[in-house]
Amino acid sequence: MTERIDWENIKKIAMRDAYGQTLVQLGGQNKDIVVLDADLSKSTKTADFAKVFPERFFNMGIAEQNLMGFSAGLAAAGKVPFASTFAVFATGRAFEQIRNSIAYPKLNVKIAATHAGISVGEDGASHQAIEDLALMRALPNMTVLAPADAEETRQVIKAAAAYKGPVYIRMGRLAVPVLFDQSYKFEIGKANVRREGKDVAIIANGLMVAEALKAAEILNSQGIEATVVNCASVKPLDENTIIAVSQQTGAVVTAEEHNIIGGLGSAVAEVLSENYPVPLCRVGIKDTFGESGRPEELLVKYGLTAAEIVKVAQKVIKKKNCKISA
Amino acid sequence: MTNLKEMACQIRQDIIEMLAAAKSGHPGGSLSAADIVAVLYFSEMRIDPENPSWPDRDRFVLSKGHAAPVLYAALAEKGFFPREELLKLRQTGHFLQGHPDMKKVPGVDMSTGSLGQGISAAAGMALAGKIDNKSYRVYCLLGDGEVAEGLVWEAAMAAAQYKLDNLLVILDNNGLQIDGPNKEVMNSEPLADKWRAFGWNVLETDGHDTGGLNASMEVAKNLRGKPTIILAKTVKGKGVSFMENQAGWHGNAPSSEQADIALKELRGVKA
Ligand SMILES: Cc1ncc(C[n+]2csc(CCOP(=O)(O)OP(=O)(O)O)c2C)c(N)n1
Ligand SMILES: [Mg+2]
Repeated sequence: MTERIDWENIKKIAMRDAYGQTLVQLGGQNKDIVVLDADLSKSTKTADFAKVFPERFFNMGIAEQNLMGFSAGLAAAGKVPFASTFAVFATGRAFEQIRNSIAYPKLNVKIAATHAGISVGEDGASHQAIEDLALMRALPNMTVLAPADAEETRQVIKAAAAYKGPVYIRMGRLAVPVLFDQSYKFEIGKANVRREGKDVAIIANGLMVAEALKAAEILNSQGIEATVVNCASVKPLDENTIIAVSQQTGAVVTAEEHNIIGGLGSAVAEVLSENYPVPLCRVGIKDTFGESGRPEELLVKYGLTAAEIVKVAQKVIKKKNCKISA
Repeated sequence: MTNLKEMACQIRQDIIEMLAAAKSGHPGGSLSAADIVAVLYFSEMRIDPENPSWPDRDRFVLSKGHAAPVLYAALAEKGFFPREELLKLRQTGHFLQGHPDMKKVPGVDMSTGSLGQGISAAAGMALAGKIDNKSYRVYCLLGDGEVAEGLVWEAAMAAAQYKLDNLLVILDNNGLQIDGPNKEVMNSEPLADKWRAFGWNVLETDGHDTGGLNASMEVAKNLRGKPTIILAKTVKGKGVSFMENQAGWHGNAPSSEQADIALKELRGVKA
């Protein structure tokens, strides 16, 4: 598999656009679906649902704690609420409401957050969630999903609606390359091996999957064969696939638009160090807050690029043969 | 003594120029607050641009942090940093962040942007002033959509409990938030009754009348034993006719053509 993608001409769609459309589709099929927002419906795209099903849309105003509390109550009474706002406010402001009113009682609430990561851009650090995966992953009962493109987002939203229990869904703001078509099948708890190579495994999610695929193409031209795993299901994690690709390659790079602490990189490191330790390096935001700027510039400045993955892959491959000495 | 009306008009022009240069940001709520911020920075507050962290200075917390441009414009006009910097708002590596950052911008007293949190921090600063027996005052600008945040009312209750009469909150009552009118998204009326019930003095004024704002702030200084809020009636997008009372201009920057039209109109007001 030495897939080459035409990156210049690839179609780009924002995950949140796919989210809004999918909500409308699901709303027609399931009368129990209700949607709540906290004054950001135009940005999160829940406004699409509000237009078609105004009687099942509830604007809570700028009150994220109350957004989660109401959602918990609705779920307890049999509804399937989708609660949306920016990832910073969903997971940060309302953390303890999510913990005690949603995760602990395992209520059927879908927290669908947009504007995750540094690619929020100009709004700056106060609006760039870099810790949301860490926060949600640490909660018992919580399922945590971070899709890579519009098609995977559609499937993630449908899978979340079909699953009974709390789910956190992480989406970005930017239009991102469409990597999957309808032949792709997402499943909660399953990772997807997109490309296979023997030298190194790159495990990524969100918009870093596209960067990982670009990196694999660059590495290929240098004679290095990389496996690329798309890991949208951060929790539950597909441990079998992660262990298998590590056995096949002997070196792992993780890539995510999240703090290197607590997200996908940490999750993979936890699995491998307990089951099959191999050299591992994490590409991600290096435990620092973001800043204002154009998204594309910030992604470069914070090392969230194919070039960075290539560099780190070369480094981790070198570590394969050096024995750890005391 | 600065002509406050002229200063507010200058601040409005700065806002338009910075947003057009940044190609993103929030004009509506910045323009609605221009007169309030002009009165604060050019008449009311005891501050020293040469010494931004002077311990005895008055403090200002922009709880509605998305209106950062109005604050940055006032700080630049006051001399906290050169005016040219305004045009680099929101650019990668520049200190003027999309939302106020106290660690990066001289003169910014609190980092804000997540709505509801600024008033809570402002009340904490006021409490510190009480504990230390300082005479500084703490000013805080709140949005009328923002008051839907529960934390606003948690802070309101505590400020009354601790008798923070050194805290003055000004509510930018422009009637709009992102998804539409406050009344449709989440009705917060009757505001005056609510704040009174939480133990506050309530004053009401036209938020574009610099004389009225000045007078209300003077009155507030002499009200002892309770925190005070000024309900300032404003027009979102004030001063730029095509932006006025339009929810759609909450968070969209003008194009350079739109900015030219806006600047012409604002300069006309000044002449
Ligand atoms: C906690 C939080 N939730 C949501 C937002 C997104 N947001 C930015 S401005 C805004 C509307 C604010 O309306 P209002 O307080 O009336 O401000 P103004 O009209 O003065 O601009 C929202 C929802 C935010 N910044 N913080
Ligand atoms: Mg408002």
